[in-house]
Amino acid sequence: MTAQTKIATAFDVRAVREDFAILSRSVYGKPLVYLDNAASAQKPRQVLDAMRDFATSEYANVHRGVHFLSATATERYEAARETVRKFLNAASKDEIVFTKGGTEAINLVAHSYALPRIQPDDEIVLTVMEHHSNIVPWHFLRERHGAVLRWVDVRDDGSLAVEAVDAAIGPKTKLVACTHISNVLGTITPLKEIAARAHAKGVPVLADGCQGAVHEVIDVRDLDVDFYALTAHKLYGPTGIGVLYGKKALLKAMRPFNGGGEMIHEVTRDAVTYADPPARFEAGTPPIIESVGLAAAIDYVSALDRTAAKAHEHDLLAYAREGVRQFNWLRVIGDAPGKSSILSFEAEGMHAHDLATILDREGVAVRAGHHCAQPLMERFGVASTTRASFGLYNTRAEVDVMIAALAKAREILT
Amino acid sequence: MDDSLRELYQEVILDHSRHPRHFGKLAGATNTAQGYNPLCGDRVTIYLIVGKDGRIADVKFEGKGCAISQASASLMTDLIVGRSVAEAEKLMDGFVNLVRGEKVEGLNEDDRETLNVMAGVSAFPMRVKCATLAWHTMKSALEGGETAKTE
Repeated sequence: MTAQTKIATAFDVRAVREDFAILSRSVYGKPLVYLDNAASAQKPRQVLDAMRDFATSEYANVHRGVHFLSATATERYEAARETVRKFLNAASKDEIVFTKGGTEAINLVAHSYALPRIQPDDEIVLTVMEHHSNIVPWHFLRERHGAVLRWVDVRDDGSLAVEAVDAAIGPKTKLVACTHISNVLGTITPLKEIAARAHAKGVPVLADGCQGAVHEVIDVRDLDVDFYALTAHKLYGPTGIGVLYGKKALLKAMRPFNGGGEMIHEVTRDAVTYADPPARFEAGTPPIIESVGLAAAIDYVSALDRTAAKAHEHDLLAYAREGVRQFNWLRVIGDAPGKSSILSFEAEGMHAHDLATILDREGVAVRAGHHCAQPLMERFGVASTTRASFGLYNTRAEVDVMIAALAKAREILT
Repeated sequence: MDDSLRELYQEVILDHSRHPRHFGKLAGATNTAQGYNPLCGDRVTIYLIVGKDGRIADVKFEGKGCAISQASASLMTDLIVGRSVAEAEKLMDGFVNLVRGEKVEGLNEDDRETLNVMAGVSAFPMRVKCATLAWHTMKSALEGGETAKTE
């Protein structure tokens, strides 16, 4: 940690780094500089310990047996749901559905909410900066049911105008699907205003919160979005579990997604009736150990001073943004005011994959490619970008390593 | 600098990628195919003229991509002119084995030496698909022009 970081924020990054054992490893003989947090974040020992301890001494299937361990595991699983409820400030824990990830959460809304309400030519409004996970489920509705996708453009700096979203919502719009934070640009969207405008026209809003839940303090009641999808693995939690928040009245009116155990009220040879939400949407054995890990991750993040954590991430972004200014061959894509700690750029005469390969050999892990956001790549006229995304545990010293590696890449490739 | 990086981005490769040979559209192409790498979004189009004698009379390529994919395409177009379809496919098999770090058989000394500039790719398993894209696309063009994918 540099002295500057100390001055810039009150955030104790050194203490945080000690919780993440992987950060002390090296790659190719160089210290690891992990700047691919928007793809997936590393896990603190608190998360790993919680999962191991639970599996070691309290594990069984949930909502099934009458035996001791099943009761214990069920308590932990439901306690995790309550932890998520508090984290999102949802009104009821029945509004928290565990899924296998953010992608499944969005597919659930597409299948169980949108599909039965879609007639040919009905519209889904979405922005050009959506991740493919918030595009492809809507393409399914277009391909199979004649839905029309109405795309909302961003400004050249990557920001999203609420008026542009409003203008796209018409009498045939059935849903607005909008990210909270762009995984490429770092843009934070005006979700609350979008929800207000959409609701004024009777249209519900689904927010993709896979990045948003990591960097922002979420209050779904204040945002007043109808659905909020998030994933655990970007939030310093395990893979294999995500969350769909849905307003109770909407969830209750939705048909099931997957069919199987646990989601039923009664099954006979001739008929089936379904359980109430959230069980209705949790067919089969859920990610039980992962739910304990997700709760531990939320506890971990919540125990930090989140304002200071955000200031720390913003400091890293600003420091990196300033650092790359010296490279006249580098173009940053996405400079929206107040954006989150994601820095995407294009380098003249250097392909993102070549750049990332050279950075990798310097120990610097960044993402190169289209970031599962091809419509956005097309919007900015690039095939791919290089992306550095900063998390709780990154430091200015690591940004310095990245900057030096970029200079080296330039030297090698041109 | 890391030796494997130096080998990967050696001057010959960078020269091919900056000044690709046989770049552009080819009028009168008898065989064409598009290649696409869904991982990175890179695209390449291969145009071939296969003569009545079954030999590749001319070749061109178009596309955007990383230094590895562009150099590989450029190198390939240099090599396959004048070859029979069977010879071109044999070259491809040898090349694919080479960049995967597997045993290379069936290449003559000259071809082996020319292709060897790309051998450094084998130290970068994540980049093998960049190197093979143009070759898979060429094969696909020879076989009738489906869209080739790296996967």
